[in-house]
Amino acid sequence: MPDTLTVTEASQVVVEIGGLPIRLRVDDAGFIDLLHKRYEGFVTTSREPQFEFQIEVTPPGLIEPDEDVRVHRNSENWFFDRGDFHAEWNPTSGQGKVRQTVNPYSIDCVLRIVHTLLLARTGGFLLHAASAMRNGRAFLFSGVSGAGKTTISRLAPPDVTLLTDEISYVVKESGEYFGFGTPFAGELARVGENLRAPIAEVFLLAQGPANKIEPLDTAEAAHALLRNTLFFAEDPGMVNSVFQSVCDFVRKVSVRRLTFVPNAEVWELIR
Amino acid sequence: MTEKRYVARDTHVASRLMGGEMMIMSTRDSTLFTLNGVASVIWEAADGKTPLDEIVSEQICKEYDVAPEQAMMDAETLVEQLAGHGIMIVSDQQIAPRENSEVNPK
Repeated sequence: MPDTLTVTEASQVVVEIGGLPIRLRVDDAGFIDLLHKRYEGFVTTSREPQFEFQIEVTPPGLIEPDEDVRVHRNSENWFFDRGDFHAEWNPTSGQGKVRQTVNPYSIDCVLRIVHTLLLARTGGFLLHAASAMRNGRAFLFSGVSGAGKTTISRLAPPDVTLLTDEISYVVKESGEYFGFGTPFAGELARVGENLRAPIAEVFLLAQGPANKIEPLDTAEAAHALLRNTLFFAEDPGMVNSVFQSVCDFVRKVSVRRLTFVPNAEVWELIR
Repeated sequence: MTEKRYVARDTHVASRLMGGEMMIMSTRDSTLFTLNGVASVIWEAADGKTPLDEIVSEQICKEYDVAPEQAMMDAETLVEQLAGHGIMIVSDQQIAPRENSEVNPK
Protein backbone atom coordinates (compact mmCIF):
# COMPACT_ATOMS: atom_id res chain seq x y z
CA MET A 1 0.00 0.00 0.00
CA PRO A 2 1.27 3.52 -0.64
CA ASP A 3 2.64 5.51 2.23
CA THR A 4 1.31 8.83 3.21
CA LEU A 5 3.31 11.58 1.61
CA THR A 6 6.09 12.48 4.02
CA VAL A 7 9.05 14.75 3.57
CA THR A 8 12.15 13.64 5.45
CA GLU A 9 14.62 16.22 4.17
CA ALA A 10 14.05 19.34 2.19
CA SER A 11 16.58 18.25 -0.44
CA GLN A 12 15.47 14.72 -1.21
CA VAL A 13 12.53 12.59 -2.15
CA VAL A 14 12.31 8.79 -2.36
CA VAL A 15 10.18 7.48 -5.20
CA GLU A 16 9.15 3.84 -4.97
CA ILE A 17 7.90 2.22 -8.18
CA GLY A 18 7.48 -1.53 -8.54
CA GLY A 19 8.65 -1.98 -4.96
CA LEU A 20 12.01 -0.35 -5.78
CA PRO A 21 12.73 2.85 -3.86
CA ILE A 22 15.08 5.34 -5.53
CA ARG A 23 16.29 8.45 -3.75
CA LEU A 24 16.44 11.69 -5.73
CA ARG A 25 18.52 14.49 -4.22
CA VAL A 26 18.46 18.03 -5.45
CA ASP A 27 19.33 21.32 -3.80
CA ASP A 28 16.32 23.14 -5.15
CA ALA A 29 13.26 23.40 -2.95
CA GLY A 30 11.03 24.23 -5.89
CA PHE A 31 12.14 21.15 -7.77
CA ILE A 32 11.64 18.95 -4.69
CA ASP A 33 8.13 20.30 -4.40
CA LEU A 34 7.55 19.55 -8.08
CA LEU A 35 8.82 15.97 -7.62
CA HIS A 36 6.52 15.42 -4.64
CA LYS A 37 3.56 16.51 -6.70
CA ARG A 38 4.63 14.55 -9.79
CA TYR A 39 5.12 11.29 -7.89
CA GLU A 40 2.33 11.66 -5.37
CA GLY A 41 1.33 8.22 -4.14
CA PHE A 42 4.77 6.83 -4.99
CA VAL A 43 6.76 8.83 -2.46
CA THR A 44 7.86 6.76 0.49
CA THR A 45 9.88 6.88 3.69
CA SER A 46 9.44 3.29 4.74
CA ARG A 47 12.41 1.68 2.99
CA GLU A 48 16.06 2.57 2.63
CA PRO A 49 16.74 3.06 -1.07
CA GLN A 50 19.36 0.93 -2.74
CA PHE A 51 19.81 3.51 -5.48
CA GLU A 52 20.31 7.24 -5.39
CA PHE A 53 20.58 10.02 -7.95
CA GLN A 54 22.00 13.46 -7.32
CA ILE A 55 20.28 15.92 -9.61
CA GLU A 56 22.21 18.95 -10.78
CA VAL A 57 19.90 21.63 -12.04
CA THR A 58 21.00 23.44 -15.18
CA PRO A 59 19.69 26.70 -16.66
CA PRO A 60 16.41 26.47 -18.57
CA GLY A 61 16.70 25.02 -22.05
CA LEU A 62 14.82 23.14 -24.70
CA ILE A 63 12.95 20.04 -23.49
CA GLU A 64 12.36 17.34 -26.10
CA PRO A 65 10.49 14.46 -24.42
CA ASP A 66 9.91 12.76 -27.80
CA GLU A 67 13.53 12.88 -28.85
CA ASP A 68 15.36 9.55 -28.97
CA VAL A 69 17.29 8.74 -25.85
CA ARG A 70 20.73 7.10 -25.99
CA VAL A 71 21.56 4.52 -23.36
CA HIS A 72 24.92 2.85 -23.32
CA ARG A 73 27.33 1.19 -20.94
CA ASN A 74 31.00 1.76 -20.39
CA SER A 75 32.41 -0.87 -18.06
CA GLU A 76 30.26 -0.66 -14.93
CA ASN A 77 28.68 2.70 -15.62
CA TRP A 78 25.57 3.43 -17.62
CA PHE A 79 25.11 6.70 -19.49
CA PHE A 80 21.72 8.09 -20.51
CA ASP A 81 21.54 11.04 -22.88
CA ARG A 82 18.80 13.07 -24.45
CA GLY A 83 18.80 16.68 -25.52
CA ASP A 84 17.36 17.81 -22.20
CA PHE A 85 19.41 15.68 -19.81
CA HIS A 86 22.57 13.70 -19.19
CA ALA A 87 22.72 10.97 -16.57
CA GLU A 88 25.31 8.51 -15.31
CA TRP A 89 24.63 5.56 -13.08
CA ASN A 90 26.64 2.80 -11.45
CA PRO A 91 24.29 -0.07 -10.52
CA THR A 92 26.94 -1.68 -8.30
CA SER A 93 27.46 1.34 -6.07
CA GLY A 94 23.84 2.37 -6.55
CA GLN A 95 24.94 5.97 -7.15
CA GLY A 96 24.02 8.11 -10.09
CA LYS A 97 23.82 11.72 -11.17
CA VAL A 98 21.54 13.63 -13.49
CA ARG A 99 22.08 17.00 -15.11
CA GLN A 100 18.81 18.56 -16.20
CA THR A 101 16.64 21.62 -16.09
CA VAL A 102 13.79 21.98 -13.61
CA ASN A 103 11.13 19.87 -15.32
CA PRO A 104 9.44 16.54 -14.52
CA TYR A 105 9.98 14.95 -17.95
CA SER A 106 13.73 14.44 -17.81
CA ILE A 107 13.81 12.66 -14.45
CA ASP A 108 10.74 10.68 -15.52
CA CYS A 109 12.71 9.35 -18.49
CA VAL A 110 15.71 8.56 -16.29
CA LEU A 111 13.49 6.57 -13.93
CA ARG A 112 11.95 4.62 -16.82
CA ILE A 113 15.41 3.68 -18.05
CA VAL A 114 16.68 2.69 -14.61
CA HIS A 115 13.62 0.53 -13.98
CA THR A 116 13.96 -1.09 -17.42
CA LEU A 117 17.56 -2.01 -16.65
CA LEU A 118 16.74 -3.30 -13.17
CA LEU A 119 13.71 -5.29 -14.31
CA ALA A 120 15.74 -6.96 -17.05
CA ARG A 121 17.82 -8.67 -14.35
CA THR A 122 14.82 -10.52 -13.00
CA GLY A 123 12.67 -11.31 -16.03
CA GLY A 124 10.48 -8.21 -15.90
CA PHE A 125 9.98 -5.35 -18.33
CA LEU A 126 8.11 -2.13 -19.03
CA LEU A 127 5.38 -2.31 -21.64
CA HIS A 128 3.51 0.38 -23.55
CA ALA A 129 0.19 -0.60 -22.02
CA ALA A 130 -2.52 0.65 -19.76
CA SER A 131 -3.22 -1.61 -16.82
CA ALA A 132 -6.02 -1.90 -14.37
CA MET A 133 -6.95 -4.02 -11.40
CA ARG A 134 -10.28 -5.77 -11.06
CA ASN A 135 -11.26 -8.45 -8.55
CA GLY A 136 -7.67 -8.56 -7.31
CA ARG A 137 -6.19 -9.29 -10.73
CA ALA A 138 -4.34 -7.06 -13.18
CA PHE A 139 -5.33 -6.69 -16.83
CA LEU A 140 -2.95 -5.07 -19.30
CA PHE A 141 -4.07 -3.27 -22.46
CA SER A 142 -1.20 -2.93 -24.87
CA GLY A 143 -0.96 -0.95 -28.04
CA VAL A 144 0.87 1.77 -29.84
CA SER A 145 -0.16 5.39 -29.53
CA GLY A 146 -3.77 5.74 -30.69
CA ALA A 147 -4.71 2.08 -30.13
CA GLY A 148 -7.00 2.97 -27.24
CA LYS A 149 -5.00 2.79 -24.00
CA THR A 150 -6.33 6.10 -22.77
CA THR A 151 -9.85 5.36 -24.05
CA ILE A 152 -10.17 2.01 -22.28
CA SER A 153 -8.77 3.57 -19.11
CA ARG A 154 -11.28 6.38 -19.26
CA LEU A 155 -14.16 3.91 -19.76
CA ALA A 156 -13.26 1.82 -16.70
CA PRO A 157 -16.19 1.33 -14.29
CA PRO A 158 -15.94 2.28 -10.58
CA ASP A 159 -14.89 -1.18 -9.41
CA VAL A 160 -11.76 -0.98 -11.58
CA THR A 161 -8.57 0.58 -10.21
CA LEU A 162 -6.28 2.19 -12.76
CA LEU A 163 -2.62 1.19 -12.42
CA THR A 164 -1.44 3.22 -15.40
CA ASP A 165 -2.79 4.51 -18.68
CA GLU A 166 0.59 4.47 -20.43
CA ILE A 167 3.47 2.30 -19.13
CA SER A 168 2.80 -1.01 -17.44
CA TYR A 169 5.30 -2.42 -14.98
CA VAL A 170 5.70 -6.20 -15.23
CA VAL A 171 7.55 -8.02 -12.46
CA LYS A 172 8.43 -11.73 -12.35
CA GLU A 173 8.41 -13.22 -8.87
CA SER A 174 8.81 -16.95 -8.22
CA GLY A 175 7.77 -17.71 -11.78
CA GLU A 176 4.58 -15.62 -11.57
CA TYR A 177 3.95 -12.23 -13.15
CA PHE A 178 2.63 -9.17 -11.34
CA GLY A 179 1.49 -5.80 -12.61
CA PHE A 180 2.43 -2.75 -10.56
CA GLY A 181 0.96 0.71 -10.69
CA THR A 182 3.20 3.43 -12.10
CA PRO A 183 3.24 7.21 -12.07
CA PHE A 184 4.08 7.15 -15.80
CA ALA A 185 0.96 8.79 -17.17
CA GLY A 186 -0.23 9.22 -20.72
CA GLU A 187 -2.97 11.42 -22.13
CA LEU A 188 -5.11 10.88 -19.06
CA ALA A 189 -2.45 12.80 -17.14
CA ARG A 190 -3.32 10.85 -14.00
CA VAL A 191 -0.81 8.77 -12.10
CA GLY A 192 -1.82 5.18 -11.42
CA GLU A 193 -2.54 3.72 -8.01
CA ASN A 194 0.51 2.37 -6.23
CA LEU A 195 -0.79 -1.20 -6.02
CA ARG A 196 0.18 -4.61 -7.36
CA ALA A 197 -1.76 -7.64 -8.55
CA PRO A 198 -1.09 -10.92 -10.37
CA ILE A 199 -1.46 -10.44 -14.10
CA ALA A 200 -4.54 -12.27 -15.37
CA GLU A 201 -4.33 -11.38 -19.04
CA VAL A 202 -2.93 -9.03 -21.64
CA PHE A 203 -5.14 -7.58 -24.35
CA LEU A 204 -3.75 -6.17 -27.58
CA LEU A 205 -5.98 -3.22 -28.30
CA ALA A 206 -7.75 -2.35 -31.53
CA GLN A 207 -10.84 -0.21 -32.03
CA GLY A 208 -13.57 -1.59 -34.28
CA PRO A 209 -17.33 -1.84 -34.94
CA ALA A 210 -18.05 -4.47 -32.26
CA ASN A 211 -16.58 -5.75 -29.03
CA LYS A 212 -14.79 -9.05 -29.48
CA ILE A 213 -11.87 -10.99 -28.08
CA GLU A 214 -9.78 -13.20 -30.35
CA PRO A 215 -7.03 -15.68 -29.48
CA LEU A 216 -3.44 -15.19 -30.57
CA ASP A 217 -0.79 -17.83 -30.91
CA THR A 218 2.41 -17.40 -28.93
CA ALA A 219 4.41 -16.13 -31.91
CA GLU A 220 1.85 -13.41 -32.68
CA ALA A 221 1.67 -12.51 -29.02
CA ALA A 222 5.44 -12.31 -28.64
CA HIS A 223 5.77 -10.28 -31.82
CA ALA A 224 3.14 -7.78 -30.71
CA LEU A 225 4.45 -7.39 -27.18
CA LEU A 226 8.05 -7.04 -28.32
CA ARG A 227 6.95 -4.16 -30.52
CA ASN A 228 5.41 -2.48 -27.49
CA THR A 229 8.18 -3.22 -25.01
CA LEU A 230 10.49 -0.45 -23.88
CA PHE A 231 14.01 -1.15 -25.16
CA PHE A 232 16.30 1.70 -24.22
CA ALA A 233 19.72 0.17 -24.13
CA GLU A 234 22.05 -0.30 -27.05
CA ASP A 235 23.70 -2.95 -24.92
CA PRO A 236 23.39 -6.42 -26.56
CA GLY A 237 23.12 -8.27 -23.26
CA MET A 238 20.33 -6.02 -22.07
CA VAL A 239 18.37 -6.29 -25.33
CA ASN A 240 18.72 -10.07 -25.15
CA SER A 241 17.50 -10.16 -21.56
CA VAL A 242 14.38 -8.14 -22.32
CA PHE A 243 13.72 -10.20 -25.46
CA GLN A 244 13.93 -13.46 -23.52
CA SER A 245 11.79 -12.03 -20.72
CA VAL A 246 8.97 -11.16 -23.11
CA CYS A 247 9.15 -14.59 -24.77
CA ASP A 248 8.95 -16.25 -21.34
CA PHE A 249 6.03 -14.02 -20.42
CA VAL A 250 3.84 -14.97 -23.41
CA ARG A 251 4.36 -18.64 -22.64
CA LYS A 252 2.92 -18.11 -19.18
CA VAL A 253 0.31 -15.36 -19.51
CA SER A 254 -2.69 -15.30 -21.85
CA VAL A 255 -2.44 -12.66 -24.58
CA ARG A 256 -5.52 -12.00 -26.73
CA ARG A 257 -6.65 -9.33 -29.15
CA LEU A 258 -9.43 -7.05 -27.87
CA THR A 259 -11.32 -5.13 -30.51
CA PHE A 260 -13.67 -2.67 -28.89
CA VAL A 261 -16.24 0.01 -29.49
CA PRO A 262 -15.35 3.01 -27.34
CA ASN A 263 -18.11 2.68 -24.76
CA ALA A 264 -18.26 1.20 -21.27
CA GLU A 265 -19.81 -2.11 -22.39
CA VAL A 266 -16.38 -3.40 -23.31
CA TRP A 267 -15.61 -3.80 -19.62
CA GLU A 268 -18.29 -6.52 -19.40
CA LEU A 269 -15.82 -8.73 -21.27
CA ILE A 270 -12.98 -8.06 -18.84
CA ARG A 271 -13.36 -9.92 -15.59
CA MET B 1 31.69 -28.24 -59.14
CA THR B 2 29.78 -25.60 -57.16
CA GLU B 3 31.65 -24.09 -54.20
CA LYS B 4 30.37 -24.99 -50.78
CA ARG B 5 28.76 -22.20 -48.80
CA TYR B 6 28.61 -22.08 -45.06
CA VAL B 7 26.22 -20.11 -42.89
CA ALA B 8 26.32 -19.06 -39.24
CA ARG B 9 24.05 -17.03 -37.02
CA ASP B 10 25.53 -13.66 -36.16
CA THR B 11 26.44 -13.34 -32.51
CA HIS B 12 24.56 -10.06 -32.04
CA VAL B 13 21.13 -11.64 -32.00
CA ALA B 14 18.65 -13.03 -29.54
CA SER B 15 16.36 -15.74 -30.86
CA ARG B 16 13.61 -18.02 -29.69
CA LEU B 17 11.39 -20.58 -31.42
CA MET B 18 7.79 -19.64 -30.64
CA GLY B 19 4.89 -21.63 -32.03
CA GLY B 20 6.94 -22.98 -34.93
CA GLU B 21 8.28 -19.56 -35.92
CA MET B 22 11.72 -18.26 -35.10
CA MET B 23 11.64 -14.84 -33.48
CA ILE B 24 14.94 -13.05 -33.89
CA MET B 25 15.97 -9.71 -32.47
CA SER B 26 19.10 -7.90 -33.48
CA THR B 27 20.80 -6.84 -30.27
CA ARG B 28 22.50 -4.03 -32.18
CA ASP B 29 19.35 -2.08 -32.96
CA SER B 30 16.41 -4.13 -31.54
CA THR B 31 15.06 -4.86 -35.03
CA LEU B 32 12.69 -7.82 -34.92
CA PHE B 33 12.52 -10.60 -37.52
CA THR B 34 10.22 -13.61 -37.79
CA LEU B 35 11.08 -16.73 -39.80
CA ASN B 36 8.57 -19.32 -40.98
CA GLY B 37 9.02 -23.03 -40.36
CA VAL B 38 11.39 -23.81 -43.25
CA ALA B 39 13.51 -20.74 -42.67
CA SER B 40 13.64 -21.59 -38.97
CA VAL B 41 15.18 -24.97 -39.83
CA ILE B 42 17.95 -23.26 -41.77
CA TRP B 43 18.48 -20.77 -38.96
CA GLU B 44 18.84 -23.49 -36.35
CA ALA B 45 21.16 -25.54 -38.57
CA ALA B 46 23.40 -22.58 -39.38
CA ASP B 47 26.34 -23.69 -37.25
CA GLY B 48 29.11 -22.46 -39.54
CA LYS B 49 30.31 -26.01 -40.15
CA THR B 50 27.50 -27.63 -42.15
CA PRO B 51 27.39 -26.59 -45.81
CA LEU B 52 24.16 -24.96 -46.90
CA ASP B 53 23.50 -27.61 -49.57
CA GLU B 54 23.74 -30.30 -46.89
CA ILE B 55 21.29 -28.44 -44.66
CA VAL B 56 18.89 -28.22 -47.58
CA SER B 57 19.24 -31.85 -48.68
CA GLU B 58 19.28 -33.39 -45.21
CA GLN B 59 16.86 -31.19 -43.33
CA ILE B 60 14.64 -29.34 -45.79
CA CYS B 61 14.10 -31.82 -48.62
CA LYS B 62 13.56 -34.74 -46.25
CA GLU B 63 11.09 -32.81 -44.14
CA TYR B 64 9.21 -30.73 -46.70
CA ASP B 65 7.67 -31.56 -50.09
CA VAL B 66 9.90 -29.37 -52.24
CA ALA B 67 12.14 -29.95 -55.27
CA PRO B 68 15.85 -29.88 -54.32
CA GLU B 69 16.73 -27.18 -56.89
CA GLN B 70 13.90 -24.95 -55.74
CA ALA B 71 14.75 -25.53 -52.09
CA MET B 72 18.39 -24.62 -52.71
CA MET B 73 17.44 -21.44 -54.58
CA ASP B 74 15.06 -20.40 -51.79
CA ALA B 75 17.71 -21.14 -49.16
CA GLU B 76 20.30 -19.07 -51.04
CA THR B 77 17.88 -16.17 -51.25
CA LEU B 78 17.02 -16.44 -47.56
CA VAL B 79 20.59 -16.49 -46.27
CA GLU B 80 21.52 -13.55 -48.49
CA GLN B 81 18.57 -11.60 -47.09
CA LEU B 82 19.51 -12.44 -43.52
CA ALA B 83 23.12 -11.54 -44.21
CA GLY B 84 21.92 -8.25 -45.67
CA HIS B 85 20.19 -7.54 -42.38
CA GLY B 86 23.39 -8.34 -40.50
CA ILE B 87 22.04 -11.31 -38.58
CA MET B 88 23.70 -14.13 -40.55
CA ILE B 89 27.20 -14.73 -41.83
CA VAL B 90 27.67 -16.41 -45.22
CA SER B 91 31.09 -17.67 -46.31
CA ASP B 92 32.72 -20.07 -48.74
CA GLN B 93 34.77 -21.39 -45.83
CA GLN B 94 33.75 -22.88 -42.53
CA ILE B 95 32.96 -20.20 -39.96
CA ALA B 96 34.70 -20.57 -36.62
CA PRO B 97 32.49 -20.30 -33.56
CA ARG B 98 32.68 -16.91 -31.93
CA GLU B 99 31.79 -15.77 -28.49
CA ASN B 100 28.13 -14.97 -28.37
CA SER B 101 27.22 -11.49 -27.26
CA GLU B 102 24.19 -12.79 -25.43
CA VAL B 103 24.54 -12.43 -21.69
CA ASN B 104 21.70 -14.74 -20.75
CA PRO B 105 21.17 -17.08 -23.70
CA LYS B 106 18.37 -19.54 -23.12
